[in-house]
Formats: sequence, structure tokens, C-alpha cells
Amino acid sequence: MYRILKKEVLVPSINLFEIEAPKVAGKAEPGQFVILRVQEKGERIPLTIADFDRARGTITCVFQEVGKTTMELGTLNEGDCIQDFVGPLGTPTKIEYFGRVVCIGGGVGVAPVHPIARAWKEAGNEVLGIIGARNKELLFWEDKLRAACSELRLTTDDGSYKRKGFVTDLLKEALQEKGKFDLCLAIGPLPMMRAVCELTREYGLKTIVSLNTLMVDGTGMCGCCRVTVGGETRFACVDGPEFDGHQVDFAEMSRRSVIYKPQELLAREQYLQNRANRCACKGGSCK
Amino acid sequence: MAEKKKAINQQKNHMPVQDPALRVKNFQEVALGYGESAVMAEAARCLQCKNSPCRQGCPVDIDIAAFIKLAGEGDFAGAARKIKEKNALPGVCGRVCPQESQCEKSCTLGKKFEPVAIGRIERFCADWEMARGIESQEAAPPTGKRVAVVGSGPAGLTCAADLAKLGHKVTIFEALHIPGGVLMYGIPEFRLPKAVVQAEIENLKKLGVEIQVNSVVGRFATIDELMQKEGFDAVFIGTGAGLPHFMRIPGENACGVYSANEFLTRTNLMKAYLFPHYDTPIRVGRKVAVLGGGNVAMDAARTALRLGAEESWIVYRRSKVEMPARQEEVGHAEEEGVRFKFLTSPTRILYNDDYWVTAMECLQYELGEPDDSGRRRPVPIKGSEFILDVDTVVVAIGQGPNPLVPRTTKGLECTKRGNIVAGAETGATSKPGVFAGGDVVTGAATVILAMGAGRTAANSIHNYLAGKQ
Repeated sequence: MYRILKKEVLVPSINLFEIEAPKVAGKAEPGQFVILRVQEKGERIPLTIADFDRARGTITCVFQEVGKTTMELGTLNEGDCIQDFVGPLGTPTKIEYFGRVVCIGGGVGVAPVHPIARAWKEAGNEVLGIIGARNKELLFWEDKLRAACSELRLTTDDGSYKRKGFVTDLLKEALQEKGKFDLCLAIGPLPMMRAVCELTREYGLKTIVSLNTLMVDGTGMCGCCRVTVGGETRFACVDGPEFDGHQVDFAEMSRRSVIYKPQELLAREQYLQNRANRCACKGGSCK
Repeated sequence: MAEKKKAINQQKNHMPVQDPALRVKNFQEVALGYGESAVMAEAARCLQCKNSPCRQGCPVDIDIAAFIKLAGEGDFAGAARKIKEKNALPGVCGRVCPQESQCEKSCTLGKKFEPVAIGRIERFCADWEMARGIESQEAAPPTGKRVAVVGSGPAGLTCAADLAKLGHKVTIFEALHIPGGVLMYGIPEFRLPKAVVQAEIENLKKLGVEIQVNSVVGRFATIDELMQKEGFDAVFIGTGAGLPHFMRIPGENACGVYSANEFLTRTNLMKAYLFPHYDTPIRVGRKVAVLGGGNVAMDAARTALRLGAEESWIVYRRSKVEMPARQEEVGHAEEEGVRFKFLTSPTRILYNDDYWVTAMECLQYELGEPDDSGRRRPVPIKGSEFILDVDTVVVAIGQGPNPLVPRTTKGLECTKRGNIVAGAETGATSKPGVFAGGDVVTGAATVILAMGAGRTAANSIHNYLAGKQ
């Protein structure tokens, strides 16, 4: 069992957990992920590592409550335990000096961008950070990203904070204003990563994306996470999760990501129903 | 009592099975096992040959005649003890060993009649003991040596059991959240109940074997780190054949195409057949095609029916006689309504606008000259393309070795296919103190061969550790 040492509700429906997992923390690197199972009947879900502390033996995960499993995870509190927690999985991000880099985080994807931006800056890169969210309420870690990057720019889709627009709008401006970048990293919702890649392709800017595919074992055993990259089938769990975004078949990936949509909706509905029946508020406002 | 010898029953005593029409709707075990009278009657068929040809056919060297004699006398506890001298997983082996090509193949009785049903007797003894609480086994005094076993499948479990009995302190590292490897994620509940596997693993723990789940060697620690930092004196690698092969045909990444590993792992390990009571989903359409002719293919095709598929097809490019699956499993699949398309191989998978499988284009084959494997080579018939109407495809054409450990271990010699090179007689690899066995060395084979390799390596590790003192 893996204990939650700290819980922080970053914004509504996005939580941060610091989890006691010394074996994982001992080897974790930016860009890697863990797989966890909330309880005995639970499914295995991958979460990208948002931070790690080798000395304390902890892993920080940031997750958004979207389906049954993440909602159930969100009900856990400090001191509670997670049934299974395994990692670090996947290939770490290449940390070296590239020159001028841009790190783009959208929504919950801001969290995994953080350790990578920090490591790249420490490696001597000039790091421009661009983060965005749907609205002001959903934007988090502005301070952490500001510290991790050389410069940080922010946007919200609805303009409720800073400027109105998408991260691609800010990226385009930066590309026009600053000229050449040596590398781009984009982590966030699929449409965002796809849009970033379409833009950077025009500028010939190599772009790394981190793919959060469906997974079961996370060790290359099942092939559930297969993606087409440069015409070849690759496994996101062991060959990735990071790939050259200009080579990724995003259309295929987005169709594969909704394979279990009907089942996910059913599980979510049943879970919410059960929770409402159990709770004194009978499905009211309490969480 | 007259001493007159009774005529030998020419056939094996019948073992009851679940009715095919019923079992295809549930995941409970198909074969129901002998009762006490049937097992004693079957044991009485054994001729107790002096040279024990059956024993030579057993990869783990069980004293078969001796345990059958005890079973025949009604001493089931004694029989179970006798089996466990050599086999840590009798309940597993009694169910999934291909006895027809091993012990029972060499049975003297089998020359004229049906051989003694050695597997069924083994299974009975294991189950009999399990129902009454498994007797702890004696371990030698502690040697102070520590061995890391990577992977808790049949090879790792056997190696761990043998080493623990010899007094070594063994820690097994398992990547998944439950130990057992392919016994848990691969072989279906209806062929090998997971409670049987876990009971036998509990027995290993009583021998002092420690099992750490959620531990991916190559990620949280490398083999070198286990030896240098964690202080293990030797390592056994039994990571199995965990890399699914695909056909490399167009459409293979469409929604509704599974590797057999994924299809079976979702169902067996994650219990997707109990969704939404369990959280892991699986989707099986109306018509399922399983590509391949091995035991894994049979498991997948039979699983598909239990998950509610209306039609389940085995699509195999050779003919029935070349199928590597066990006869018994093919028979069970046929009884349950699995259908077969022999001499057929897919050329592409067709899908709709939403990327879901709608059909599979296949090519008809005929048998030509024998190939390297000695089987007649399937040759495509030109222009014989036809469409098979399916909405789910399960690829069960084999697995390669999982590359995680080989990739992260310096100085470990591997073949071009990524299998670890290890001596057949010793299990020793190119790296001192590191041994390997099972599917990661041989390529996908059987549970019992992996167990045999685990046993071989355990002996070598024991000698190696003695030499280190």
C-alpha cells in the first residue's frame, strides 16, 4: 500500500497527491510515468510524474477527475493509501543543452511540463514557458512554472485571466517575435498537442509530445498503448511516452483514446449513483 | 481375497467436465477433476514399471510411480508430499501440462491402451491437499545467501522454491500487482482457477520466499544494482515472453484489434468479465476472429464466447494437424462452438470512419513442401482473397521476450530476437552470477518447460553460491 502524504486541491477537480513510494522516487526522472490502482477491483491507470523527492521518497502526481477511477482517487485524503503504485515507467526526457526551448502546458498537462522545464533550465537552456487553461479557475502552478522557466506567458481560452486565446496563439507570437527556437515540448489535451505540432511544423521546429494513451500493464506486454509514429507502430509505455510530435498519427490516437467511451460513461454514472445513495446529502452538493 | 489379477481398464477413468452449453456462459473451471474412487481406480491402472519411463518424460523429474502408488493406497497427503519434492506447483501442472507429449507419452500402458491419467491424478492430490490446508515443507538451515528472482511466472516460482528449500533467502520481484505471471494474466480462469495459483504461491511464502509486487526490474533497479547495491549474491531472470507480436498488416491498430496478451490480461488479471463490478472494461463484438493456432489462440477464442460473442473463429494459416495447441484444448474449443478457418491468413483489416473493425480480408493457403520446422509450408493461393465478416480481431501469433531487462543490463548476451543466451544445462548467462530460464530464453513455450528451466538454474545457482563461499 502507498500512503498519500499530502493532498492539495489545485483547482476544482484537479488534485495534487504526494505519495510515499521510495522505490519509484529513487529512480524517477522527468518525463516518466507511474501506473496506479486505487483499490482491489480497480483498473490500472497511467499518470505522468509531476515531481519527485528522492530524499523523502515521494512522487507527486497531479490528476484531473474525469472518470470513475480518477473521481474515486480524488475522494482519498492525506493518510489514506493507494492499493498499487508502480514505476518509474517509460523513457525519461532527454535532459541536455539545446539552446532556446519552449515548453507548452495545457490544462492538467501543466504539471508534467514543470519538472522538464526545470531540468532543461538547469541544463543551461533558455526556457520560454507557455501555459494555458480553459478559464482562470482552472489555471494552476503559475508560480512554480515562473520559477522553472526563464520567462512565462499565460493565456485562458475565455480571457478570464491574462489574455484571451489558445497556447498556439502565444506560441505563434513568440516564434514571430523571438525568431529561432531549438526545441519545443507540448503536453496537454490531444487537440492542443496536435495544434502545436501543426504550427511548429510550419516553422521547422522539432516538437516533443507526451502521449497519455490507454494502458494496462505499462511494461510493453499488452500493446494497448500502440500509436503510429512515422508510419511505425510504437508502444507509448516503453518506446514513449514522448515522441516526435511531427511523426505522430494524432487522428489514429484520438480514435483509439475513446475505445471504451461507453463503458467509461457507464462506470462513471454508476459510481456517482452509488456515491449519492451512500451519502446523507443524497446527491446534493457535498463531495 | 483371491489373488487373481484384474483385467486392466483400457481407457482412462472419465473425468467429469462442465456441460459445453453451460460452461460457455461462465468462467468457472471446465474440467471438474476426479473424485476419490475415480482417482484410486485410475492409480490402480499404473503398472509401476521398474524403469519409470514416465519420469523421464517429466521436465521436473517427479517420481510419478511413487506418488501414483500412494494415491492408489488412498494416502493422498503422502502422494501430494511426494509430488512436491520435485514440483512446487502441482495444482497448476495437473491442469495445464501437456501430459500427452511428456509423462503420459512415455507411459508403458499407453503402448497398447490409453496411458495412465497422470495429470488428473496429480491434480487430484494437489486439490485434496489444498482443501485441507497445504502442509509446510522443510527448508535447509539458512545459508546467508540472497538471491533475486525477476518475474514470478512458472520459471521464477520454481527457481525460488528450490533455492528456498536449499536454505537461500529468495526475493521475487514482480512487475504486476499480483504474482504468478502468465498463470495469472494469460491462462484463463476456466482452465486454471486463480485461487489455485494463489494457494500454491502462498505455499512458497511459507518456505520463506519474499515477493515484492509492483517492482519492474530495469526501472526501479537494474540487475547490476540488485547485485551491487541491494546485496544479492545471484540473480535469476524469468521474465517470460511478454512482448506481443503483431501481423504487420494494414488496419491492425484499428479499434477492436487486440493482442492476445491484452485481451487475456484484461479478462484474467483485471477481471473485465465482471465489469462494471470490476473497473477494467473490455469490448467483445458480435463476431471475433482469433489469429493463430496455439493454446493462447484457443484461450482467446473460448474467452470471446464467454464474453458474449455470437461467433468466434480461429483463423490459422496451416491445417488442423499442424496446430500447436493441445488436442484437449482444441476439442474443448470445438465443443463450445469455436469455429475454424484453416489454411487462411489475413491480408488486411477493414474499418469504418470511426476506425472500428468491420471485416477482415483473408487469403486462402495450401500446403507446400516442409519448412524448417518440419511442417508443410503454407503457400498462398493467388486470387483467393475473401472477406470474413468480423468486428473484433485478436492477434495470437506468438510473443517475443520482454526487452526491459535485456535492454537495461550491460554485459548480458542476447540473440538477434532478443532472447537471453543461457546454457541449457546450467541456465548461466554471459554475466557472472546471473542466470536465466523459461520463455525469455527459449521463446514462448510451456509452463512445465519454464519450470524445468527454473529448476536447472536453481541447481546451478546453488553450486555457484557454494563456490563463492
